[in-house]
Amino acid sequence: MHQAMKRIDTQSEERLVTLSNAGIQRDGRWLVRGVEFSIRRGEVVTLIGPNGAGKSTTARLAIGVLKADEGSVERRQDLRIGYVPQKLAIDWTMPLSVRRLMRLTSPLKDADLMAALEATGIPHLADAEVRHLSGGEFQRALLARAIARKPDLMVLDEPVQGVDFAGEAALYELIQTLRRSTGCGILMISHDLHMVMAGTDTVICLNGHICCRGTPKTVSQSSDYMKLFGGARSLAVYNHHHDHTHLPDGRVEHSDGSITDHCHPQDGHHAHGAGHTHGEDHAGHGSHVHETAETGHGQGAATGAGTHA
Amino acid sequence: MLDDFFVRALLAGIGVALTAGPLGCFVVWRRMAYFGDTMAHSALLGVALSLFFQINLLISVFGVAVLVSLLLLLLQRRKSLSADALLGILSHSALAIGLVLVAFMSWVRIDLIAFLFGDILAVTPEDLALIWGGGAVVLAGVAFMWQPLIASTVSEEVAEAEGMKPARTRLFFMLLMALVIAIAMKIVGIMLITSLLIIPAATARRFSASPEWMAVFASLLGAFAVIVGLFGSLHYDTPSGPSIVVASLLLFILSLLPGFRKPAAGRAANTGVRG
Repeated sequence: MHQAMKRIDTQSEERLVTLSNAGIQRDGRWLVRGVEFSIRRGEVVTLIGPNGAGKSTTARLAIGVLKADEGSVERRQDLRIGYVPQKLAIDWTMPLSVRRLMRLTSPLKDADLMAALEATGIPHLADAEVRHLSGGEFQRALLARAIARKPDLMVLDEPVQGVDFAGEAALYELIQTLRRSTGCGILMISHDLHMVMAGTDTVICLNGHICCRGTPKTVSQSSDYMKLFGGARSLAVYNHHHDHTHLPDGRVEHSDGSITDHCHPQDGHHAHGAGHTHGEDHAGHGSHVHETAETGHGQGAATGAGTHA
Repeated sequence: MLDDFFVRALLAGIGVALTAGPLGCFVVWRRMAYFGDTMAHSALLGVALSLFFQINLLISVFGVAVLVSLLLLLLQRRKSLSADALLGILSHSALAIGLVLVAFMSWVRIDLIAFLFGDILAVTPEDLALIWGGGAVVLAGVAFMWQPLIASTVSEEVAEAEGMKPARTRLFFMLLMALVIAIAMKIVGIMLITSLLIIPAATARRFSASPEWMAVFASLLGAFAVIVGLFGSLHYDTPSGPSIVVASLLLFILSLLPGFRKPAAGRAANTGVRG
């Protein structure tokens, strides 16, 4: 009994933020309810779910921008948060350089400022005006700002929206590096399941309440998850006991060092007899969806227009 | 040529313009022009109440402006009407109630036009002390709260998440606005106060590379507009308050002309506007 208490104590020390049965309502409607999770140092928790599932609301509850109407949210004392919101509209009449944006909520040494901008790949834009940035560049600046604060907890609400494909992979890589080097906890919201899951410890599938949770692998195979996402998106789950690795660009690197576009049990790259079944591990591979129906519609419309003319 | 009253008018106008500059920038950045108008219109209600209860005009106007902005915050929380519609209701009702109350008090004769459009040439030495004293308080307040004000203007959410108190900042900002309106009323009048806040700030935008510079330029441009406007009104025998606004507008139009534009730092201009 005594030992058990002690263990809980050390656990709670590690916890940056804990949501217990947290819920919030607006106009008599519960936006989210019964949300229960915690984030520890060095842990990456990812919220996924359809539009209106309450992902951003949950993130705002966690950082204290919204107050829970039910349940509780506890944050460690003096928790330093770095926040990248989903939307940030700066009135264009405010002359704001990237450099000034970086120092929005806390003073910053020049070296730290530039290091963060370099990490997100936009050191050349330090003196550019924020309103002249492209969507992806702006997102990188916001991420750099959050990083430069050296936070205990980073809350990233769709941090790579508008970033090009190559940049996306690099930024997720960066987020992983940060978690390892600084030991900060990360709460992430993303639609990019393919990208995010690889570096996530816990996935929470949200739809007004927590539908399912667990490691990326268990969640992606759960029936609740399949119901929400219909398996329409292919998921590559990194499996470290595996004999091959799924690269960020979708190709596959095998244990013999070769790289192929797809991966088949019979292609000779796999070490057989390792004791796992390929059928399970590649559950996501079967979903090459061809949207033939849509193409048909488009053609019909085009023909109709042609006849009319 | 420079009579005593004219020097006082100049000093008073410059004092108000210097104070209004930085605050006007926030009004522009936060898209609160209509909000400023509402607070200003409520000043007439303050005037009426000050006459009725025989209290100090400045305190009464300040108090009513604060009350109206608090009322607005309260109503906004209920989310029954858009902020825009609420502002329209509050703004014009406050003005109308003020006018009705003044009419009811048949025993007082006030120069309504002076309150509505300003009476800068009647500035007394006591007014001058109030303007510069109050202005110093406002500017000190803005300087003291500069970082939180900027941060919560960019994003209240980020400011709150990262340990600031944007709700408190907003309240503080409203108090400063109310104070500026109370001291500026005599210069340009209730109807034109917001123009003194907004036009110099909008003009300054073109020349400024940072929020800080924009605040400084807005102050200087406002003061310049006061000087030009007052001399213009003396020369052409036009009403002084409106003349200041016209001068301010002329500066703004001048700033729109090509050649006055400051090239954007780092990147070429005209690459689109982020919403």
